[in-house]
Amino acid sequence: MKAIKFALIIIFSIFINNLSLAKESDQLIREIVDEAASVLSSSKSINLKIETLNDIAERSVDINGIGMYTLGKYRKIISDEQKTRYKKLFKLYFLKSFSSRLVDYTDPKIEIISQKKINEKYTIVNSILKATSKNPEVKIDWRVYTKNPEKPMIRDLIVEGLSLARTQKEEFNSVIQNNEGDINALFKTLEEFIIK
Amino acid sequence: MFWLALMDTLELSKKNNNNNYKDVKDCFETVNRGIFAFNQGLDKVFFKPISKGYRMLPRPIRSGTSNVISNLGNVVTIPNNVLQGQFGNAGVNSLRFVINTTLGIAGIFDVASYYGLKKREKEDYGQTFGRWGINEGCYFVLPVLGPTTIRDSFGSLVNIMGGDAWYNVTVANDTQYFNEADYWLSRLTSGVDFRAKNLESFDSLEKNSIDLYASVRSLYIQDRQRKIKNLDKTTETLSDDDWEELDSQ
Repeated sequence: MKAIKFALIIIFSIFINNLSLAKESDQLIREIVDEAASVLSSSKSINLKIETLNDIAERSVDINGIGMYTLGKYRKIISDEQKTRYKKLFKLYFLKSFSSRLVDYTDPKIEIISQKKINEKYTIVNSILKATSKNPEVKIDWRVYTKNPEKPMIRDLIVEGLSLARTQKEEFNSVIQNNEGDINALFKTLEEFIIK
Repeated sequence: MFWLALMDTLELSKKNNNNNYKDVKDCFETVNRGIFAFNQGLDKVFFKPISKGYRMLPRPIRSGTSNVISNLGNVVTIPNNVLQGQFGNAGVNSLRFVINTTLGIAGIFDVASYYGLKKREKEDYGQTFGRWGINEGCYFVLPVLGPTTIRDSFGSLVNIMGGDAWYNVTVANDTQYFNEADYWLSRLTSGVDFRAKNLESFDSLEKNSIDLYASVRSLYIQDRQRKIKNLDKTTETLSDDDWEELDSQ
């Protein structure tokens, strides 16, 4: 009897623990948005802002997953060595591109509207970047990968219905195709972008 | 000739019907890249500076201009609502057009929204053809006008063949109230208004692209697909196929 009670307590405590660890997708986005907004509106230097934004991205974005998606059909034909090199380059490219896009905003106001679970692995969180005197309101949907509910990760941003991941994928594929399918051309282009 | 080419595109679409996400058919890429570079140059020396100037105008002037352009767009949207079977939207857009043209003084003020008739998505003949199942065909870039597809350019042809009432009263027919210049001025203002609303987005895209031509092509195709499928009000994305494939690897 004691053993059953003990087992029940263990199961119950694991369940409670999992509940507290599991994070809702909209909560994840809200936290990231708030954190990024506080960085962008702070008086930190540009370099420090970029460093902090990159840290947020590394924690909350599935950079490797996006990198593999972006590679499209070529991910199946490149060697393991090329894959390792690509992952390294893609991470540097992604972080530079990510912080460079964000750092122009001084105080973005993003409101989370709703979320919709599209299947076991993905939830779409809908948000709105509020209008300013210069720019109109922008709808932003976040594709959150929820295979591991304890650690949801962002995989795509869909701005006014346009997927950034898909755009990047078609861009990368275009670079490879226009160089007779040579993946090294993409590596070279990425390197040039990183040191730019 | 027009219908023959359209039927040809329809045949192509039937073959690709089950394929939700497919590669863009960029049939004349080398030429397209040349025209794209020309358009980029034109943008730098003409559209971007004008759009920057336009952005410095007081907000009420900009929103009034934007409202007039949007109101004029209803004369193309309404017949396309009907052709796509969106009779409710056709009714709302017709009422919006009448109210905003009269009470809203030629569309400067969006009075209809005040009466609860909220703005609907724009529709055009290219979208209608897409809705009818006609495939986009080859992607290409036009000088000044920018990206398009075979289907969308046929859509634009319908405008000048009588499908656009604004074109009919300005260019096609000699009326005493409007002339050709009014039409071209409205088109130019529409382009400048769009460019001004997207100054930062375009700069960011240019700065962060490793192949700007491919990025613009992708964004154009995605935007057209979204508009044809009227995905705006839903949270669905166009296709999950590649993500699903990635997860199973």
